[in-house]
Amino acid sequence: MLPKWFDKWNQDNPTNVFGPAILIGVIGAAVFAAALIVTWGNPVQTTSLQTGPRGTGMSVPEFNLVRLSADPSIDGYYSEEPYVTEPGAPLAKTVYKNVQVLGDLTEDNFNRLMNAMTQWVAPDQGCVYCHGDAALEDYGDDALYTKVVARRMIQMTQNINENWDGHVNANNEVGVNCYTCHRGENVPSNIWFNISPVNERVDGWAAVQNRATSLSQSTSLPSNALQEYLSNGDQIVNVHSLESRVAGVPGVDEEDYASIQKTEMTYSLMNYFANSLGVNCVFCHNSRAFYDAGQVTPQWGTALLGRQMVIELNAEYLIPLQDVYPAERLGPVYADAPKAACKTCHKGYQQPMQGLNVIADWPELATSEAPVYQ
Amino acid sequence: MIEYQNIFTQVQVQGKPEWGMDDSGEMLQQRAGKPFFSKFVGLFGNAQIGPINMGLYGIISCVCFMIWFNIVGFSMLAQVGWSIPEFIRQLFWLALEPPSPEYGLSMPPLNDGGAFIIAGMFFLVGCVTWWLRTYQLAQQHKMGKHVAWAFAALLWLILVLGLFRPILMGSWSEAVPYGIFPHLDWTTAFSIRYGNLYYNPFHCLSIVFLYGSVLLFAMHGGTILAVTRYGGDRELEQIVDRGTATERAALFWRWTMGFNATMEGIHRWAWWFAVLTPITGGIGILLTGTVVDNWFIWAQEHNFAPMYDGSYGYADYGSYEAFIGKEN
Repeated sequence: MLPKWFDKWNQDNPTNVFGPAILIGVIGAAVFAAALIVTWGNPVQTTSLQTGPRGTGMSVPEFNLVRLSADPSIDGYYSEEPYVTEPGAPLAKTVYKNVQVLGDLTEDNFNRLMNAMTQWVAPDQGCVYCHGDAALEDYGDDALYTKVVARRMIQMTQNINENWDGHVNANNEVGVNCYTCHRGENVPSNIWFNISPVNERVDGWAAVQNRATSLSQSTSLPSNALQEYLSNGDQIVNVHSLESRVAGVPGVDEEDYASIQKTEMTYSLMNYFANSLGVNCVFCHNSRAFYDAGQVTPQWGTALLGRQMVIELNAEYLIPLQDVYPAERLGPVYADAPKAACKTCHKGYQQPMQGLNVIADWPELATSEAPVYQ
Repeated sequence: MIEYQNIFTQVQVQGKPEWGMDDSGEMLQQRAGKPFFSKFVGLFGNAQIGPINMGLYGIISCVCFMIWFNIVGFSMLAQVGWSIPEFIRQLFWLALEPPSPEYGLSMPPLNDGGAFIIAGMFFLVGCVTWWLRTYQLAQQHKMGKHVAWAFAALLWLILVLGLFRPILMGSWSEAVPYGIFPHLDWTTAFSIRYGNLYYNPFHCLSIVFLYGSVLLFAMHGGTILAVTRYGGDRELEQIVDRGTATERAALFWRWTMGFNATMEGIHRWAWWFAVLTPITGGIGILLTGTVVDNWFIWAQEHNFAPMYDGSYGYADYGSYEAFIGKEN
């Protein structure tokens, strides 16, 4: 195929071409890859958020950049500005029957909120989800559990906005409304139920850990951390000794001398916090001294308040509703009421819906008093 | 010698199996298994498999380890309701846990750490008899006891973790669980509970010796392979009769970094680095919770935990809005 002189020249001049060929190939491939990255962008791009002084390694890396683009559920958010009303406009409590919580709203604004709640919680079913097939004049009936639960949830929302301002408006006005948890679903995602003990034929600490479960976030850490720390305000999260030498025997002096097992339970809770917000330890802590309040970020205080808030929400609002729910809404193991925690609102983002202000349009959800429309 | 450019041994010698010394005429008394050759094993080491000297200690050790292994395995299986698929699925998560803290040093119920205590006892006897075995076999071969003492360093660490420290702490609950992920949980929780183990100076030493061992291993292995073409892999001959391999290896390091180990000394370096890893680590663990409860505060009191100037919280370094791309 090739000319004879070429074959002859090759025979007369034997050369090992593999060395230079490999070298040129490697250099060529590197140039090609570099050109691709420069022109098309790095496919494994990361970014990070510095959270503390240089030299301490305090930085929250983000490997999944999709999470930094807009939270998809923001698109589905429905909102409507309040109607400014004249004094003496008819109030819901005089127009409608059995309005126990939202009675001080004017009729227009009451219907505005009812419509919005439908969009937030039951977009497919509409009004019938809570009011049933009843005629309009019977909408005051409490026949369906959904209506009873919704009333309590409105009170809970008002309580959060009114009394837990330090958590939900820590950075800017963000607030919460039904959509913060529900996101267009009848039952919010990322609620939790008690599942411990998770292991058979064992007792004590062996029974509540070493199993990949939803509550252990698929780790082998204890599965009862949310149950212990988020429905029981007496449990102390801190497990450190606050002096270099502290006398004590784990288990005997359990109050001031935490055991390894208790430490693992705290670790499990902290891991849940981190996963719920899409952050790591150093978003709040300087990991060289986890307990040291002098080396934490402001977010540590926000999270601390968040825990107290969740304890109150579970204890005063969610757990007491147990007898109101039908069986299919209760927990799979203990038929307990569904409970909330960080991820129920945050859904993996540092701020729910990335800090979207969901309270500006809803003065009636911001306070348990009569709302002021301006 | 193109063979030596391969990571596997290319030259294998196979003949009549080597039985070892028969000076007392009792060759077969304690040696079990009919020896055979494996070409595959020969790629990595000596192609001959067996015979093995069981000995009394070896038998006790094997039986104890087997009992320990079965108690741990069946405890895990019981925890998943005797379901084999679930056992396989959760294998890395499952564990045989030490007792709950409230039992202190008393004997707990079998299903809350009692099985762990029993399994741990067999594990301990297994480890100690294995150590005696390494000592006895070295004695029978009229060898030094270097391997036995190196294994004793590991034994020290095992005893600290599972026996000495729990007793000093007054609770078996401080022992390490038998499980793949759970023992890692223990390690993390141990560091967190006692205020960050990185500030424990013995932990620092242990890391130095561990990484140092790796470095020495790579340097020594690299050096010997590099001078194998001059007979450097015949280290013993090189020790008594220095050849060009030793000269070149020594020169290489002396010119590289100013000094070099000797053909004998490098093995003492490696042995001591390896042995000091568990010895210093064991001391560090033994002091944790018994003498020092918060290593970070201890380090501050001893002026070696530095302070960093600067504020905490992202607000001083950027904004959340910028992080999520809402502004620049």
